[in-house]
Amino acid sequence: MNAVYLAQDPTLADFGRDPWWLVLIKVVFAFAFGLLATLLGVWFERRVVGRMAVRPGPNQAGPFGLLQTLADGLKMAFKEDILPRAADKVVFFFAPTISVICAVTALAVVPFGPMVSIFGHWTPLQVTDVPVAVLVLLACSSLGVYGSVLGGWASGSTYPLLGGLRSSAQMISYEVTMGLSIVAVFMTAGTMSTSGIVAAQGDGTRLSIAGFEVPAPGWYAILLLPSFVIFFISTVGETNRAPFDLPEAESELVAGYMTEYSSLKFALYMLSEYVAMVTMSAVTVTLFLGGWRAPAPITTFWAGANSGWWPMLWFFAKVVMLVFVFVWLRGTLPRLRYDQFMRLGWKVLLPINLVWILVLAGLRSIEDWDSRSKLIAVGIPAGILLLATLLWPSRKPKPKPTVQEQVNDRPHGSFPLPPMDLQVPPSPRTRRVVAEREPANIAAGPDSREV
Amino acid sequence: MTTQTLLAAAGEVSGGEQVTFYILAPLALIGAIGMVAARSAVHSALWLVLTMLCLGVFYVLQAGPFIGMVQIIVYTGAIMMLFLFVLMLVGRDASDSLIETLRGQRVAAAVLGLGFAGLVGGGLWRALDGTTAVGLEQANAEGNVQGIARLLFTKYVLAFELTSALLITAAVGAMVLAHVERRKQDKRDQPTTMRARFAPGNYPGPKPGPGVFATSSSVATPARLPDGRLSDRSTPDILPVRELTDRETTLKGTDR
Repeated sequence: MNAVYLAQDPTLADFGRDPWWLVLIKVVFAFAFGLLATLLGVWFERRVVGRMAVRPGPNQAGPFGLLQTLADGLKMAFKEDILPRAADKVVFFFAPTISVICAVTALAVVPFGPMVSIFGHWTPLQVTDVPVAVLVLLACSSLGVYGSVLGGWASGSTYPLLGGLRSSAQMISYEVTMGLSIVAVFMTAGTMSTSGIVAAQGDGTRLSIAGFEVPAPGWYAILLLPSFVIFFISTVGETNRAPFDLPEAESELVAGYMTEYSSLKFALYMLSEYVAMVTMSAVTVTLFLGGWRAPAPITTFWAGANSGWWPMLWFFAKVVMLVFVFVWLRGTLPRLRYDQFMRLGWKVLLPINLVWILVLAGLRSIEDWDSRSKLIAVGIPAGILLLATLLWPSRKPKPKPTVQEQVNDRPHGSFPLPPMDLQVPPSPRTRRVVAEREPANIAAGPDSREV
Repeated sequence: MTTQTLLAAAGEVSGGEQVTFYILAPLALIGAIGMVAARSAVHSALWLVLTMLCLGVFYVLQAGPFIGMVQIIVYTGAIMMLFLFVLMLVGRDASDSLIETLRGQRVAAAVLGLGFAGLVGGGLWRALDGTTAVGLEQANAEGNVQGIARLLFTKYVLAFELTSALLITAAVGAMVLAHVERRKQDKRDQPTTMRARFAPGNYPGPKPGPGVFATSSSVATPARLPDGRLSDRSTPDILPVRELTDRETTLKGTDR
């Protein structure tokens, strides 16, 4: 039974055998997926944020406002394309395209589904896979930085330059964290190819609890929870999304690196942002959420859920869920200050990640010990850690001075304060005004309103 | 056995590899020449990025996908980005001047450079002419990444660890040199700043805006306080307090 499903998993040998038209279809599909995801993603984000802010969001163009993004895009195409006089013309022109190309290219190694038959060809639903596919993803995201940095520099004005500098510092910092969280996935899966990682998440080990064979969860989001959380936080930083959208912080930098951009070049930046968001969601799904595999209870009741074209449904559902989380974060959290943001990256996420990788490597190395020595090797350090946390001397909190003490401590010549126990007497006029007023006797017309 | 390994199977150069090479090799050369020839420092860095990307693809073509991707991530992604970071802070107008400080320096440099390139190229050609590459199959037998990992953590583990220790020392040294130590009592947190702001002797409100109740909206014009005096606090310290003279305030007669 299990072997049938494993046969659906593509291996590296299954790639590179497609005829040219099939490759073309796959590439066009991945590209169209990116564009469509942008069209729907902008609409989705505006609707969801609108709902969170108790307002309708775009609802005029098309059913449910679905065509709003298309209308905006068309409008943007007819806007004047401004080239600032101080701009570096060639770099200014190429910067947005770098962003878009890098964001879309990453989709090439994302597995959308298992082996299927397309016009008689037995082929995996993935453009291509290489032994180092995850590194391709990292390379795409690290090259994508050039788009914003060069855009900011080539504009030849101050705010874009500051935005570009911020984005380069931000992306380099968070790429380190991101790479380290992927290390845990490599260690567990034993491969760097995306299809291999999805396959590795499929066959969870079977635990025997009280005589029952229970399949253990295979998703790395559960097995490697710290890595998953840190990876998702750093993808938010990597895609410049709120609360980490410091390179384009409206309140500080106008629009950051895209301040001077207009018309289609601006549209390209918007496109790249949303494609990057969807790509990063897809990558998170692939690395941590089981890729195209059906969520746990479904396969128990329906054996065929992981074969044929169905997996695409699970994949897209998971991606939409993660995009929702991106939007949710934007609707909920305020933007971080820059130093707080850098402190979070370098002083919190990075050390936690390193310690977690160390712990994971330790657990992996004692995997084949017998259960008694395993228990000792895990239990003693865990016990020491627990005792240390419980018995660590905590600093005695200073007693907080009362308000009166604070007032007495103020130096001579400070601003005058009213007495702390001041009771404001009710104004004698208020009662008279209310009492002497007569109710208005105006004949209410049909359209008269209470104002 | 992957597409890349098949492409670079020992001894034989496939059509795809040739096409990729003949497209990317000129690009890599153009990038290298452009890097030297570009006037602006940022353009120079961008040409270098082009060359590095081409080199990354070459590594992938040579059945080394790991080193190719790492080249792109580390060199183009991180190191060149740091270069750009510094160059952008220097300023966008920082370009090389065309004045030769040493007479005949450029010609001599070109001749010496060409000679060196010829020497290296000729030496490599003489050394490698007629040899066929062997051992790729064995090296990539259990996978490219696994092969590199095995070598790195068995045969070359000492060199690897020494390099990492050296790099860490360099990074820590750079940090120590650049770090400015501030005493704990010199740091003022937000509550302390606010207390100092409302302490007696300090006016907590905003300073009067320049040019208020004055004849001009220039920042150099001091504000006039309600009692008629001029306020020094309203103008920046580096600007001299200045009022317009009668000649400057008279109409210029442009409506004639």
